[in-house]
Amino acid sequence: MQYLLSVIHDQAGLATPEEDAAIDVFNDRLQAEGHWVFAGGLASPSTATVIDNRGGEAMVTDGPFLESKEYLAGFWIIEAADLDVALRLATEGSEACNRKVEVRPFL
Amino acid sequence: MSGIDVREAITQAHHEEWARVVAALTRRFGDLDIAEEAAAEAFATAVQRWPADGVPPNPGAWLTTTANRKAIDRIRRESRRDDKHKEAQMVYDDDPREPVGAIDDDRLRLIFTCCHPALAMESRVALTLRMVAGLTMPEIARAFLVAESAMGQRITRAKAKIKAARIPYRVPSAEDLPARVSGVLAVLYLVFNEGYLATGPDTDPVRHELTAEAIRLTRLIRVLLPDDGEVAGLLALMLLTEARRPARVSADGQLVALDEQDRGTWDAALIAEGHRLVRERLAAAAAGEAPGRYQILAAINAVHTSARDMRDTDWSQVLALYDQLVRLDPSPIVALNRAIAVAELDGPEVALAAVGRLEPRLAGYHAYHATRADLLRRLGRDHESRAAYDKAIGLAGNTAEIAYLTRRRDHLR
Repeated sequence: MQYLLSVIHDQAGLATPEEDAAIDVFNDRLQAEGHWVFAGGLASPSTATVIDNRGGEAMVTDGPFLESKEYLAGFWIIEAADLDVALRLATEGSEACNRKVEVRPFL
Repeated sequence: MSGIDVREAITQAHHEEWARVVAALTRRFGDLDIAEEAAAEAFATAVQRWPADGVPPNPGAWLTTTANRKAIDRIRRESRRDDKHKEAQMVYDDDPREPVGAIDDDRLRLIFTCCHPALAMESRVALTLRMVAGLTMPEIARAFLVAESAMGQRITRAKAKIKAARIPYRVPSAEDLPARVSGVLAVLYLVFNEGYLATGPDTDPVRHELTAEAIRLTRLIRVLLPDDGEVAGLLALMLLTEARRPARVSADGQLVALDEQDRGTWDAALIAEGHRLVRERLAAAAAGEAPGRYQILAAINAVHTSARDMRDTDWSQVLALYDQLVRLDPSPIVALNRAIAVAELDGPEVALAAVGRLEPRLAGYHAYHATRADLLRRLGRDHESRAAYDKAIGLAGNTAEIAYLTRRRDHLR
């Protein structure tokens, strides 16, 4: 079972060196214990571009699809047996990166 | 066997066996939906068949077997569309001789799944009342004053999340257990409190069916987790509160405050049972096991139910227990209740000063204004008391409490 752990943040700025170090330790653990699938940090929402090609003619919009104070700062995709395991990992991940984490199952 | 006896047997089986049947089926089929539907069908079949065939010697086994068949029928119907190997997995098994311990574990699994912290509190309450207590959707909707369709959606959404997010069907690990048990107890205490002081304008002021259901479920958890002090504490708290129910609302529908209650109408058997549990926990505390908030609240209620009247109450003991509770739970509501004990020991003026400090956090809470109103009344400050009663009446939701506060206000000069 795979879960998306979205890192939610409400302030500008990237992770501090201390946060980066804690994230590295956490990532190493995910890999050692077989939970790791993929992870990454994202550039700020202002660097995003939205494409809408539903109408046959691609519309390009500068900026994120949703303007909000809270934004997606990064994510983990993890392998976990059930939600209890995923929630425990998300709890540790949130502490490591010092940001809120949303847990969502893949279909 | 007469028709009434059969109906009673079905009601009793429903009380005793519903959670067992749902829990066993959930473990076997891994699906709350199938378990719930099959259990409901099995009980419907019992209603049809038992009056003619007689009540089976082991109603629980009969219901589990029947529900298993119903579940397998449904899965067969659905798997005709799906791949065949699913059906091959379905091993038909109607052996009712399950080890008792394993079945009890299933009910505990069911409770922990329904009260999972990833579900919203209102979903946990609804799901627990449906899956564990066996209340029907209309009953639950009526209990919480929401439309049946909305309650149905709430339960459907919760079940879908359990499935999609894979909320486990399991007793939590030892390290998670205390927090998870306290989550289960919070659900049961909420159900009990809604029964004991119903908030709606159109409901009875005391809803016995909810307090009774909460006590029944807490008893079940007590059987399943006999060594948990907080489970014993919550059960004692509920019993000692429920014991006072006969004295709580007057014939004309007004709430009766503790100092005016006819203590002769209190339920002596419930009080004796509650006191036994409190003594058991006091012994554990003396042996070094720190009591949690339900155990302390139960002890406070044990002091009240040991007193012949308000004056006979050991208020210094009550205050000492509140001091202990404040250290565990520094919420303003605990501080407000502590102030009521302070008023009995040190007088209403000291208590009023303590209550006043809670104003910024409790200004929207009717009990804050009701407590102030009573203290001001005792100090002879009728004008201010009247204003405080007005605020309390405006914020209160319980019909009997509004009637009581109105009478108190109108007695002021």
